[in-house]
Parts: sequence; C-alpha cells; structure tokens
Amino acid sequence: MGTFQIDFGESRKSKIVGIDLGTTNSLIAYLDLTGPKIVEDHEGQKIVPSVVSLADNDRLIAGEAAREMLLTHPERSIYSVKRLMGRSASDVQEELKLFPFRITSEGDAAIQLKLGNRTFTPPEISAAVLRKLKDNAEEALGAPVTEAVITVPAYFNDAQRQATKDAGRLAGLEVLRLVNEPTAASLAYGLDKRKDGIIAVYDFGGGTFDVSILRLHDGIFEVLATNGDTHLGGDDIDNLLLRIALEESDIPQDSEGVQRLRRAVIKAKEELSFVPDTKIELTYGGKTYQRAINRELFERLIAPIVERTLEPCRSCLADAKLTPEQIDEVVMVGGSTRIPLVRAAVERLFKAKPHTELNPDEVVALGAAVQAGILAGDVEDKLLLDVTPLSLGIETMGGVVSKLIHRNSTIPASATETFTTAVDGQRNVLIHVLQGERELVKDCRSLARFDLKDIEPMMAGYARIEVRFLIDANGILNVTARDARTGKEQTVEVKPSYGLTEEQVEGMIRESLDNAEADMNERQVREARVEADNILAATEKGQRNDAWEALTADERSQIEAAKRALLAVYNQPDHRAINAGIEELNRVTNKLAENMMNTAVRGALKGTKID
Amino acid sequence: MPIVSKNFFQFFGLEQKLCVDADALQKRFYELSRQWHPDRFSRKSAAEQAEALEATSLLNDSYRTLKDPVKRAEYLLKEEGFPIGEQRSKDVPPELLEEVFELNMALEELKGGDDDARGQLESTRIKFVGMQAEIDKQLQSLFANYDATTQGLPEIRGVLNRRRYVDNLLRDVDRALNPAAAAIAVEERL
Repeated sequence: MGTFQIDFGESRKSKIVGIDLGTTNSLIAYLDLTGPKIVEDHEGQKIVPSVVSLADNDRLIAGEAAREMLLTHPERSIYSVKRLMGRSASDVQEELKLFPFRITSEGDAAIQLKLGNRTFTPPEISAAVLRKLKDNAEEALGAPVTEAVITVPAYFNDAQRQATKDAGRLAGLEVLRLVNEPTAASLAYGLDKRKDGIIAVYDFGGGTFDVSILRLHDGIFEVLATNGDTHLGGDDIDNLLLRIALEESDIPQDSEGVQRLRRAVIKAKEELSFVPDTKIELTYGGKTYQRAINRELFERLIAPIVERTLEPCRSCLADAKLTPEQIDEVVMVGGSTRIPLVRAAVERLFKAKPHTELNPDEVVALGAAVQAGILAGDVEDKLLLDVTPLSLGIETMGGVVSKLIHRNSTIPASATETFTTAVDGQRNVLIHVLQGERELVKDCRSLARFDLKDIEPMMAGYARIEVRFLIDANGILNVTARDARTGKEQTVEVKPSYGLTEEQVEGMIRESLDNAEADMNERQVREARVEADNILAATEKGQRNDAWEALTADERSQIEAAKRALLAVYNQPDHRAINAGIEELNRVTNKLAENMMNTAVRGALKGTKID
Repeated sequence: MPIVSKNFFQFFGLEQKLCVDADALQKRFYELSRQWHPDRFSRKSAAEQAEALEATSLLNDSYRTLKDPVKRAEYLLKEEGFPIGEQRSKDVPPELLEEVFELNMALEELKGGDDDARGQLESTRIKFVGMQAEIDKQLQSLFANYDATTQGLPEIRGVLNRRRYVDNLLRDVDRALNPAAAAIAVEERL
C-alpha cells in the first residue's frame, strides 16, 4: 500500500464519536478541524441500515448485508428493534401485529427475541448495529474507537435510555453521553450564529416523533420544553400502505413476500416526495402487483398521522409558555420530514418556513459529533442544557403518584424525600419509582423498585431515611439513600422493572468478549489450515520431482515424519499447533526446495541452449 | 464552603431577597452552567465529575426555584423557619367559605349530568382567576416590603397559602370543565 500517516500529535488520541442509532438507519460521525463528518464505509456508504441478522456461523451481522438477509432469511433477521428497547412483551403487543418480531418472553418480563434458534435481548441486537458502526469508524480513522455519544429520542424514558447505554457497553463503547436527537440536530445547524432566538426542532424519524423548543443565547442551547411520541414514525406510514397492498395483491403472503412488499411501498412513499405520481410494483412468487398512487391519495391516507404529530407540538409550545409567533426558526429532522405534506403542516403550525438545508438523515449524527467535540474539549463556545421529558415520582398510599421532579426540568436535576418505617423493627423500605404525567400508579410507567435495606430496627416512624433521586445529564435516574440521624450511607438494591440488571449486562459483556475471542481463534485456525494445505501440496509435488531422489534416506524420513505430524494436528482447533507443524515441515523441506530450484534453473538453462 | 451545603441564594451569589431581576438571574445561570456542566468534565477525574454533577444539579434546582416568584418565596420562608406546611386543603380561608360551598354544589351537579352547572362553573372560574391576580398584586407589595425591612414573613405565608388554595380550586374547576387539557395545565401551577 505504501501509505504513511502524518502525526498531528492530538490526532493520535482516540476520537469520541457521535452515533445516531436510528430505528431504520444508523450513522456514525466525528469532528475534525473542518467540522463534523459522517463516516463512510469502504464502498462510500454513510447509512448503515439498522437491520440485524443471525449469519450461518451463529454470529450477528448488521447493516446492508443483514438488510439483504431480511429478504432471504426473514426468520433470522430483525429490523426497527429500537421500538423494543426498554420495553416489556406486554407493551408491544400492538406492534407485533405488523412487525415480524418473534418474542419469546411474556408479560412484564424483559423482551427476548428469537432469531433462528437463538434468543437475544433488544440491547444485544442494537449492539450489533453499534459494532458495525464502530468497525466502519475504526477503519476510516485508522484508530480504535472506544468512546461515544449516542443520540436517543428526546421522549425516551429512563428504561429506554438505560437499554441504549447497555447496548453501547455490549458493543465495547463507553457511552460518555446520551443526547436527545432534536437537541443534537440543533447543534448541527449552527443556528448559534444568531446570538439570541427561539427555535423549534421537529424530528419525525422512522419510528419516533419528537419536538423540542430551545432558547439560544450566546452558544448556550437551553431546552425549554420537549414532547413527543416514541411510537410514531415513518414505519406507521409504511404500515398504512402495506396494509392496502396486502389487501389488494395476490402476492404470496409468506414472510419474504411481505418483506418484499414492504420495500416496494417504501420505495413508492419516498418517490412521492419528489414526483406527483408513482407506482407500487412487485413481482414475486409468480405473481405481479402494480398499483398507481398519486400524491393526493397518499396525503389523504397519511393526514391522520401528520395530525398526530401536531398535538405534541402544541403541548410543547404551551409548556414553554410560548405562542407560535414567538418561534424564530424551525428545524426539520428525520427522513419523514421530506414529505411535502409534513413540511406544509409544520410551516402552518409554527408560522415559519422550516430549515431543510441539511440532509435530514444526517443532521442528528452531525450534531452528535459536535456534542462529542464539546465533551472532548475541542468545542468550547457551545453548551447544551437539556431537560427530562417526563415527570418522576414515587408511589404513595392508595396507588397515587407523588411527583418529585417535574417534566421539562433542566438536567441534572434532583429531589430528596425522607422515608420512615411503618412497623416496629422494620428493616426494609420498598420505594416504587414511576415516570409519567398521570396521577395514578397504573397509568404511569414503572421504572424500578428500590429496596432500602438493613435499616436499624427501631420503633415505627422513628427511622429517617433520606433518599436522593438524581437525574443525570443522560436523563438516567440515580438513587442514593442515607440514614438522616447517623449520616450513614444506606444500601439501595435496584430492581429495574423492564431493563437488564447490572449483572445481566456484565454477563453479556463477558459472553461477547468470549465470543470475540472465539471469533478471532476461528479465523486464525482457518488461516493456518490454508497455509498447511499449501505446504502439504508443495511437498507432495516435490516428492514427485527428481530432487526428491537426490535427498538422503534420513532426510526423506524426516520429511515424512513432519508431514504426518502436521496432518495429525490439522483438524485440531488450535492454530498454534498447526503453525508449529507448518514450521517444522518448512524447515525439513528446505533442502528439497533448494534442490528443486536448482533442477528448475538447470532445466531453464538447458532450455535456452536448445533454443 | 462545599458547594452542596450552600443555599440557593448563596449559590447564585444573591442577597436573600424576594424580588429578583429575572434577566440578571438568567445571565448568572448561564455563566454558572458554563462553569459546572458535566459536559465540561468528561475528561476529568471521577471525583471532579461527581462534584460537577452535584454542583449542576444544585444549580438547576436553584434556578428552577428562584426564577419562579412563588417557589422562590416558599423556599425563603422555609429557610427562615416559616414552612408552608401540608394542611393546605383542609382549612378553608374564611373569606372563601361561600365560594367553596357553591363550587362544590356546581361540581356535584355537573357530575350528576346537569349541563347547566357548566355555565356557573365558567363564571366561578373567571372569579378565581381574578382572585389570583389580586393575590399576586398583594404578594408583590409584600415582597418589596420584606426586601426593604426583612419583616412580614408570617403574612406572606398566609397569602401564599391562600394562593395555593385558590390554585387547587381552579384546578378542580378546570378538571371538571375539560378533563384532558386540565391534566397538562395542572403541572404548571404546582
């Protein structure tokens, strides 16, 4: 290759990357001296489809190859797994009707997905996508990548955030910060060029919808309010069209047929953003489906979905205590904002022409790279002040939620509550933490139960346990407790309601490291066998050569012995033994090779003479 | 002094007063955010990161309290030994007895399916909103008086309790008139 790298000193330090881990597509970016850059793979592709498949060797693969496998081996493939992050089986019953997810767990248990004959949790599937992105970045940067900023929908709850962080760890990435997607997008737009202003970010992606309103002041991006729907996106539009196609066509509705139809409707949907008429077309299983669709019909179909995005926008304005007229700029993020009807609806609501200069698929990843630059200390003028999207509370008597930290509070945010015992000698107090805006426990999302353990036994009502709830800059809850009388730290055992426990995550990391080692070993064994094949073939060829006869009997038997030794270890899964055998055979056949070379040279010389 | 043991006013470098210049407060909030936000500490030691997290959560909690005049006053009262207390819904302020009685009647009627009560509730609502504006005006002058003389905290506590009482009534009315919208609006006033 003959390339060499110029060392700029700083550049050797490994970069913090910014990752947009999307429902449909994912991207990875980094900041260099000229600004944020999206990583391209060796084929020049920036987008990594968020599709994961179980390959023949029982390893997870992600990206374009998995997207192809989704067609040929749908039972070994999965897409849109982001919709399942941090959720329970009972949460996603509705989704299962249109998505070919095979969930093996039930009720409130964490989701387990079946791929082929193995099961995986959603964070493990997401980790496969992250690993693919990490590999691409390491190849592009020529350096290991270990630290990342990952974006999440602003409206993600604690469990969904935790699951995303777990996925990062499983992929071998230290997640330095989770950043909300709309906020990241605002960083990418460089809107801080205007010194002051109010901006709204409308982020309509593949599976989620978010809206955030920010105040900009001298490089500070202060989020005033955020709202959204974690189950509203381009997927829903696809499903509308798919339902029609399934009804109308006689395409065989096996899983491959459905996947092919899905691709066909997505293609038509995307075309309708640029042309007024198109066709949904597919030939599969001996049947052909063709259907004309124009923009007018399309817009009539999707109008209810577009309308569903406007309600969170109105609530967000109300929470920020602003009127649409006070919004100076609107930024569009996410592939679904290419749809003209969406643009028109947003313009009408906010009474401002939305920004569409940046590629809506790339803007979140670009912003994540800027945030990575802020964390690395490379960007000093900008600072994000984000909020928690949902209120946090605890269960009190009668199944009522008492709110401790209100939604749209700037994070980090904290609240302290004092708890006591109800029975003489009670040693434990159980605290049930919930997230949501409703008043009753049953209408909010259970986050976790915290068990305050080893309380000193005393009369009922005497204990004073001070519990501090702290939402960190990632939007993730941390709980600490202390005995208010003694000041002693109190043990808190966390039982997450949906996510994985710390032990489970660590177990998976160990397993994936073991797998990585197994993968590496397998490759080395395979390489060693190829080399062994080569030298064995060359030796046999040598034995048919005149040079073989020129060797002493001792030399010949040494070669035979080395051959047998190599064949004996050939099938062992130990590349070191195979390599040792190769080396020995190589050593004892040196003279044979030399003789053969001489014979060949003589033959060649003879040949010239004859000529 | 360790950061976490400072009170909200001290953290912002403010005198303990009830009238605060909102613009100056915001400016100071941004300055302190630049100084303490965890984003500025991600390459620092674990101890420095922990301190930044503590400082920023205190900063944000302080700002949230100080920028809202009512929360600010409640906080100062607590700091000065006049906590607002929990008994807010039990004791009906005497001057409101009649309104509360009529309101409860109307609420019951609406629940019983009598839509005529809706009109009465709407006029009650207007009355309560007017009452709130009056209370806020009263508070403003009490706040200014306290800042000048450091006197009058018990009286402020009484007015704040009344304000909270009216707030709760208003919430009940809103909820009866428009259950969905009220759920959102309520949060803001708490």
